[in-house]
Amino acid sequence: MNSILKTIAGSLPVMLATGAARAQATVPSEALSLDERVNSAFAQATGPFVNLIFAPLPGTAFPWIVLWLVVAASIFTVYFGLIQFKGFGHSIALVKGDYSDPDDAGEVSHFQALATALSGTVGLGNIAGVAVAVGIGGPGATFWMILAGLLGMASKFTECTLGVKYRNEYPDGTVSGGPMYYMKKGFAERGLPGGGILAILFCIFTILGSLGGGNMFQANQAHAQIVGITGDYPGWITGIVFAGVVFAVIVGGIKSIAKVTEKVVPFMGILYVGAALIILIVEFDQIGTAFGQIFAGAFTGLGVAGGFVGALIQGFKRAAFSNEAGVGSAAIAHSAVRTKEPVTEGYVSLLEPFIDTVVICTMTALVITISGQLITDPATGRFVLDEAGTAIATIDGASGVALTSAAFATAFWWFPYVLAIAVILFAFSTMISWSYYGLKAWTYMFGEGRKTEITFKVIFCIFIVIGAAASLGPVIDFSDAAIFSMAVVNITALYFLMPIVKRELRSYNARRKSGEIRKFAH
Amino acid sequence: MLSRLVVGLDGGDTGSRAVDFARKLAARMEDCELILVYVIEWSPFSFQTAEENAQRHRRREEEIDAARSRIVTPAVEALQSQGVKVRGLVRHGNVSDALDRIARDEGADLIVVARTSDTGVASRIFGSSTANLVMHATVPVTVVG
Repeated sequence: MNSILKTIAGSLPVMLATGAARAQATVPSEALSLDERVNSAFAQATGPFVNLIFAPLPGTAFPWIVLWLVVAASIFTVYFGLIQFKGFGHSIALVKGDYSDPDDAGEVSHFQALATALSGTVGLGNIAGVAVAVGIGGPGATFWMILAGLLGMASKFTECTLGVKYRNEYPDGTVSGGPMYYMKKGFAERGLPGGGILAILFCIFTILGSLGGGNMFQANQAHAQIVGITGDYPGWITGIVFAGVVFAVIVGGIKSIAKVTEKVVPFMGILYVGAALIILIVEFDQIGTAFGQIFAGAFTGLGVAGGFVGALIQGFKRAAFSNEAGVGSAAIAHSAVRTKEPVTEGYVSLLEPFIDTVVICTMTALVITISGQLITDPATGRFVLDEAGTAIATIDGASGVALTSAAFATAFWWFPYVLAIAVILFAFSTMISWSYYGLKAWTYMFGEGRKTEITFKVIFCIFIVIGAAASLGPVIDFSDAAIFSMAVVNITALYFLMPIVKRELRSYNARRKSGEIRKFAH
Repeated sequence: MLSRLVVGLDGGDTGSRAVDFARKLAARMEDCELILVYVIEWSPFSFQTAEENAQRHRRREEEIDAARSRIVTPAVEALQSQGVKVRGLVRHGNVSDALDRIARDEGADLIVVARTSDTGVASRIFGSSTANLVMHATVPVTVVG
């Protein structure tokens, strides 16, 4: 999700110009030294683990973890016979509710499960991550990003089908699901050893990822956004406010706050896509050129650092980090749906990387490409690199969120303000989602119960304050590494369990063909 | 021949007016069954948190129980004590869609609802449940004033 966080974090305060330099000096000096001590101790302790996860393949700059995700997605794509293309229409029909039993009205619908999972993945990755990919890898990175998004749909299909199939349904009517449950129960069912150990490993990484990337990083970025508008003030204030609001939602069960975000977050998403669409419609004559750059850049690099391999790495990386396909987090969110057929939720979930990466990330990339923020040499049509030679030079030196913001601002001057609010809200909804993922991992290890749940929720809220207050490079590196470790454990399990998904899929499609499963008349 | 009337309840005076009217109508018919329906407004296209989703099944049961014990059962029992043939249903969904669907499924001859007193911007734009029912119903509808 966030491995180039420091790049993004560094560029964020520039976005709204004013608070830039002051934001760096937020923390009082004695606290800073404490931070530094904590950071260096932490970095030393976790460094080897972080380096292992993000280690490049020998002789390249390509992190093996990205290859791991892409290879898995490709295998699932072939194994399930291009399910993301053949099953796309059926996915839409399921989300529309065509196959929902009217007697199940009032239960969690396919749409709701999808929307909930999306609110956990759509966020900074779509806004900042894409800008980084395009800024470093050029428009060509978009091509590889789209490809990775399309492949990732098959990974989601696999994990979410299993998530529903092996969830726990309790007598009190609540459900718990996710990779830890299919690891344990699925492995047992196939007579394989080690499911329990995988489940525990997965839970440990999920908790760490939930406190890091799903919490501290979000709080940190939200604070950077607010400071960009209001000017400098201490981060712990933002942290306390955020922690208070999150506490009210997840511990106090204050539904009204959750209800507001539920409505505002999709609205921000629609506003973002809508603004991008308007820009693309107005500049429609340039879309052809933009796609020309995307295709040409995908294979030649058009002069970006690292050539087309640079474009490919950036594209794959950002897609994988943005849609979390194969990480296993979505399997937790999707497992609450009401359905008798686990495969139906697999079908629905494959729309998630499509919406997140193929649609939203591509929009961002197109707007940046069309905006002319990336400087090209008019004589050769190749990109001009910045002074460091590592990224494409931009008009005002912006990168990350600031680049996206500047690109949108070429059409709407007020858009940076909307974007800042969007980033804050996305951060909030991502926190709520990840608090739940972490909670499920926590209760899997320590048992369900009000006391254990509250313990985790309080810890989660404390980490929000820490995340907003400190500069947390090593901690963020570590939590990123934890999130991708989830993918190592999860995909290992998926390889062993994919025959079960295949069986479910065959049976489901046979019954769909025979007419046993059909649309309900609404 | 048995006739069936579907009656919309709303837990207030409006619903009671519909019930009163349906009772009088039934009394004039030879063999008539009333089906009292309370619809819990719900949309499959709303946005929820993961935790709400996980607890949804339980909440739904609780909502149905509450609607039964507070609204539907008292109304059914009151009619039964007057010798009316009656049963009650609780459903989630859109009020007008749900009433129409139940009427079709049960083979009802008529839906009886009361005129709602919805005001405000929302009902101006989207129309009241009653207005929607009248416009889209596939079964005759009587609106009690």
